[in-house]
Amino acid sequence: MNQDDSIDEKRRAFLTGATVAMGAIGVAAACVPFVASMLPSADTIFAGGPVRVKVSGMKLGDQLTVMWRGKPVWIIARGDAALASLNTDTNLLRDPNSTVDQQPPYAQNIYRSRKPLHLILVGVCTHLGCTPTYRPDPHSVSPDWPGGFFCSCHGSKFDLSGRVFKGVPAPINLEVPPYVYLSDDEILIGASEAPK
Amino acid sequence: MLFFVKNFKKCAGVLDRYVEQFFKIFHKKERKNEPPRKMLNSYKLSAWINARFPLREIWNKNARQYLTPRNLNFWYFFGVFSLLVLVNQIVTGIWLAMIYTPTSADAFSSVEHIMRDVPFGWLLRYMHAVGASAFFIVIYLHMYRSIMYGSFKAPRELLWIIGMLLYVVLLIESASGYVLPWGQMSFWAIKVLITVFSVVPFIGKQIVVWLQGDYSVSGVTLHRFFAFHVIAIPLMIIFLVWAHIVALHHVGSNNPTGRDVEKIPFHPYYTIKDLSGVIVFLFVFFFIVFYAPTMHGYFLEPANFTPANPLVTPLHIAPPWYLAPYYSILRAIPNKLMGVSLSAGAIVLLFFLPWLDRSKIKSIRHRGILTKIALTIFVISFVGLGFCGTENLTDTNILFSRIFTAFYYLFFLTMPFYSKV
Repeated sequence: MNQDDSIDEKRRAFLTGATVAMGAIGVAAACVPFVASMLPSADTIFAGGPVRVKVSGMKLGDQLTVMWRGKPVWIIARGDAALASLNTDTNLLRDPNSTVDQQPPYAQNIYRSRKPLHLILVGVCTHLGCTPTYRPDPHSVSPDWPGGFFCSCHGSKFDLSGRVFKGVPAPINLEVPPYVYLSDDEILIGASEAPK
Repeated sequence: MLFFVKNFKKCAGVLDRYVEQFFKIFHKKERKNEPPRKMLNSYKLSAWINARFPLREIWNKNARQYLTPRNLNFWYFFGVFSLLVLVNQIVTGIWLAMIYTPTSADAFSSVEHIMRDVPFGWLLRYMHAVGASAFFIVIYLHMYRSIMYGSFKAPRELLWIIGMLLYVVLLIESASGYVLPWGQMSFWAIKVLITVFSVVPFIGKQIVVWLQGDYSVSGVTLHRFFAFHVIAIPLMIIFLVWAHIVALHHVGSNNPTGRDVEKIPFHPYYTIKDLSGVIVFLFVFFFIVFYAPTMHGYFLEPANFTPANPLVTPLHIAPPWYLAPYYSILRAIPNKLMGVSLSAGAIVLLFFLPWLDRSKIKSIRHRGILTKIALTIFVISFVGLGFCGTENLTDTNILFSRIFTAFYYLFFLTMPFYSKV
């Protein structure tokens, strides 16, 4: 203890610092419930569970749209012509080999799918979240259009496996959701393994 | 308070004695040989209040004795107008909130209910919607006035920065209000706006889910934006307006010459002048409210008369006109991160205006030809970007957007050089 009445500046600085630090921790802890309450609630998470889709009725070239987690998910039945268009001109694509993590590992191939026949994509443009339109016919968007998806909001273009073209605002390929074939005719969207 | 009203006479009697006593203490010498004077009741009340709360002091400091340059022209109306529009937004907003339902199932129909079933509901809503656009017209002119006459320069840098904060908060307020009718444009515009946050490195996707409160924009998002729009952001606006006025009254108004001029009290000279400006403003405002409330799709977009549908993107997405310049920049840049950075940067640069401008002269009236040309190009670029942002995306549109973006940035980035000449 100090014998005289002088002020111990060091001790005072320590006490001030410790009080401020404790206060800051308290404020940070008090923020937790406010920040966390803005995350998806239990019922929202539950509503975002996997979705079963029957694909038996689809003809080649058809597009089927289902909702999963409030987003449109497309199932496209691709014919031979559509699949052939994927092999041409990979120079025009930003990420032809799907190196950016926008798909489960089993869809990291040229078709971006488990089976070449069915393309399954989240129908949300990777630029700013609009829904692109399905434009399978060649030359329908521009003279060199090979068929694919066109976003009318800001002009982003994707091929028939959802790979983004160069020179458009969208930075990465369309997202492939996790999915699994329950049988040849039925797909479960939102899970990579069939429920036991 | 209630007690005071009920027993007003009794209280007044007590006050009389109190004030008399009060008076006697201070004026003993003068009053010694005079008969006691009769005082007006209103004076007694104000003396009673001012002994407890500095009402007269506040009034004198901010109006009666607040000195204002004698040569303020019509450009100086827009500050008062923005205050008036703020009051309009708050009052009509409270009434709309009584009737509006912030859920994804009922939001759209509750707006239709306001328009069709509620007596004068259409008037409240149109005053609020036109008020939002009027707010930005007035604020843009108010900001242009500051840029033109160099009102952001020392000692008004903080006044300018508080004003810029107000502008940013106002953009958020209007964007959150735009969501509430839950039409197609509400839905898709907010979706685009929230997705902007996905450019944040590493946690972008989590931030988007956190902001939405769901895996996509949904009723959960709508409900929280309602809370932001009616509580959180208005409180911030009111606080910032208070700070803006405190800062203004501390440093005083600039004037069109940018130099010291003779000054006159704000009251009664400018209260009367502003009142006449307000009358003209209200005339124009209500003309639009009554005869062109949608402003041919600029104030209320046609697509917003269709309920929100997450499965169908409208072919032509346009933000509200006051956001269009920044939207244009976003669209013109083929890289997402760069696009978002450049449109945000367009606002951030404005904050630094007081330090980018190196001239010793404030007002455009006494500035060189280079500054005059630069300001003209800036205005053309800003308006041009706004026009491009509301139009369909074509190659010509992108070309012009890029040219205007370049000139917009050049105005700020070359300012330290041309303003010095």
